[in-house]
Amino acid sequence: MTAPLLEARNLARHYSVGRGLLRPKALVRALDGVSFTLTEGRTLAVVGESGCGKSTLARQVTMIERPTAGVLLLDGADVAAATATERKRLRPLVQMVFQNPYASLNPRKNVGSLLTEPLAINTALDADARRDAAQAMMARVGLRPEHYGRYPHMFSGGQRQRIAVARALMLRPRLVVADEPVSALDVSIQAQVLNLLMDLQQEMGIAYLFVSHNLQVVRHIANFVMVMYLGKSVEQGSKADVFARPAHPYTRALLASTPSINAGARADRVPLTGELPSPLNPPSGCAFHKRCPYAIARCSTETPALEPLGGTLVACHRAAELAT
Amino acid sequence: MALLDISGLTVEFGTEAAPFRAVDDVDFAIDAGEIVGIVGESGSGKTVTALALMGLIDYPGRVRAETLTFGGRDLIELSDRERRTLVGKDIAMIFQDPLASLNPCFTVAFQLMETLRIHGTDDERRHRATRRARALQLLEQVEIPDAAARLDAYPHQLSGGMAQRVMMAMAIACNPRLLIADEPTTALDVTVQAQVLALLTRLQRDRHMALMLITHDLALVAETAHRVVVMYAGREVEAGPVPDIFTTPRHPYTQALLAALPEHNTDRTRLRALAGMVPGQFDRPTGCTFSPRCEYAVERCRREAPPLAGTGAQRVRCHFPLDAQGRPTAGWTEQRMASVPGSTP
Repeated sequence: MTAPLLEARNLARHYSVGRGLLRPKALVRALDGVSFTLTEGRTLAVVGESGCGKSTLARQVTMIERPTAGVLLLDGADVAAATATERKRLRPLVQMVFQNPYASLNPRKNVGSLLTEPLAINTALDADARRDAAQAMMARVGLRPEHYGRYPHMFSGGQRQRIAVARALMLRPRLVVADEPVSALDVSIQAQVLNLLMDLQQEMGIAYLFVSHNLQVVRHIANFVMVMYLGKSVEQGSKADVFARPAHPYTRALLASTPSINAGARADRVPLTGELPSPLNPPSGCAFHKRCPYAIARCSTETPALEPLGGTLVACHRAAELAT
Repeated sequence: MALLDISGLTVEFGTEAAPFRAVDDVDFAIDAGEIVGIVGESGSGKTVTALALMGLIDYPGRVRAETLTFGGRDLIELSDRERRTLVGKDIAMIFQDPLASLNPCFTVAFQLMETLRIHGTDDERRHRATRRARALQLLEQVEIPDAAARLDAYPHQLSGGMAQRVMMAMAIACNPRLLIADEPTTALDVTVQAQVLALLTRLQRDRHMALMLITHDLALVAETAHRVVVMYAGREVEAGPVPDIFTTPRHPYTQALLAALPEHNTDRTRLRALAGMVPGQFDRPTGCTFSPRCEYAVERCRREAPPLAGTGAQRVRCHFPLDAQGRPTAGWTEQRMASVPGSTP
């Protein structure tokens, strides 16, 4: 058993939000006690609606922010407590691919300078070596050599996402955080980019933290799944377990809400009522109880802990009872 | 007779000398109370088709059609004054981004009442109080919780799902006979998407409204629509009833699109991706527009554009429509063999 590349223990990130001059500041628990591990060459998918803390998690892992509490171990080193030098060493290990390739590429830089910039900053390679490395990476992600001098506006969405992937891989990261990398793309292009991500994982042994709300894509690409709701993990486990036997009512609702082209799948649909509550004023007890069809009195007073059930971890008072 | 009847619809932009056909020879019909899904990738002409129906294509865009009738009235010959009485009343439309389609400067009540003041019944046009009561009733119909309190809310105070419900309230305010929904749930979360879709189909059933559902999401159409029109690069490539198109697609594009869905391979195997991309304004190929990406394309496909043909409900624009086993027919094997030198059939 190899040591995990990334490990989070009770990771939390709180923001304090001003509500005006005379009112006290409110505390938003954007990420509230999340634990998971991710080993090399594997994919952990983080699933949930907007506002559930997926992107906050991504910001902690990529070291854009420091967590408020908890431990985040990257390659064995604690990111939260790391010194500036330590963080500089760790940063190249994690790279990020963003959702919208129309916004994440600088329109004033051509592909060559986009790809060589990380090398110029982080390595001692000279200009020729940087150019060679960039061209090798372009070939690898399926861009043609003549694209080197072109600008982002000259590319289609799928090609831009290839450029974004190439840029993320320039420093040979061991972990790539992909924040909804295919949701802005058309179906036929989406398949190309997913294939590319999976090929690169096989060749280079990269781990992916794959943030997505599209369960069909997650079902295809993930090894492990973590379902988040209002800053907490409500269910996590291997993809096979979570999809075959979803234990948390929220996971079930997400699965039931996902459209499917197989006509039979729509019969047992129970649409959720309501929307994600405001994180400024979360419900007491289980955050999901106001929308949960199975909620009982206990759910509104007592917060359920993440406990093992079958092959997965579930945070629900009634999970064992509902599973039967 | 169909409620909406379109044949030979063509929308062109650019100069007369070098026009760009955003929509090229589209025909389909929508009956009263029917849900028709229009599916296609970006740039396939779905939205432009809808805008052409609404009369929202401005100069220099040009709309031409052999037939474009709504309830027996010719939409092309219509004067602007007549069009204004029709659009927003009998034909309503909701858009992809609800927060961008509501006016941020006015309250929900004001915007709902504005529709009623222009298109409402005599009573509604005359009395403000009637309009306000009706606006409240509409918000309740679209299942907005605590509707009375939401009447005086501004759009920025609403969530995305709620704003889309307000758009729907506005669209159904005058009991339209046709509702055009352009990507109504793309900007919403899955659970909210399911709620909005359930509401949309309930309203459609209750009011016996025709619904034209424009989307890029094949699964959404499979679950919601009765019939589907698949568009590619401005052309209608396949049309037919919903279960048939998804079980036995007859156009290679539909087949490839379905095969590219992650839903079909859940085991981390490679997806059957469609190479290349949708042609843009300057690189439309001659012949069949799909031929550069089609795995079955032969010489004839690159030379000659196929007509929309077919018997019965399912129609297809392909020289060699696929059979039930997903293999091309109509002499494809011979043509393919002939194009590969040295091979024997």
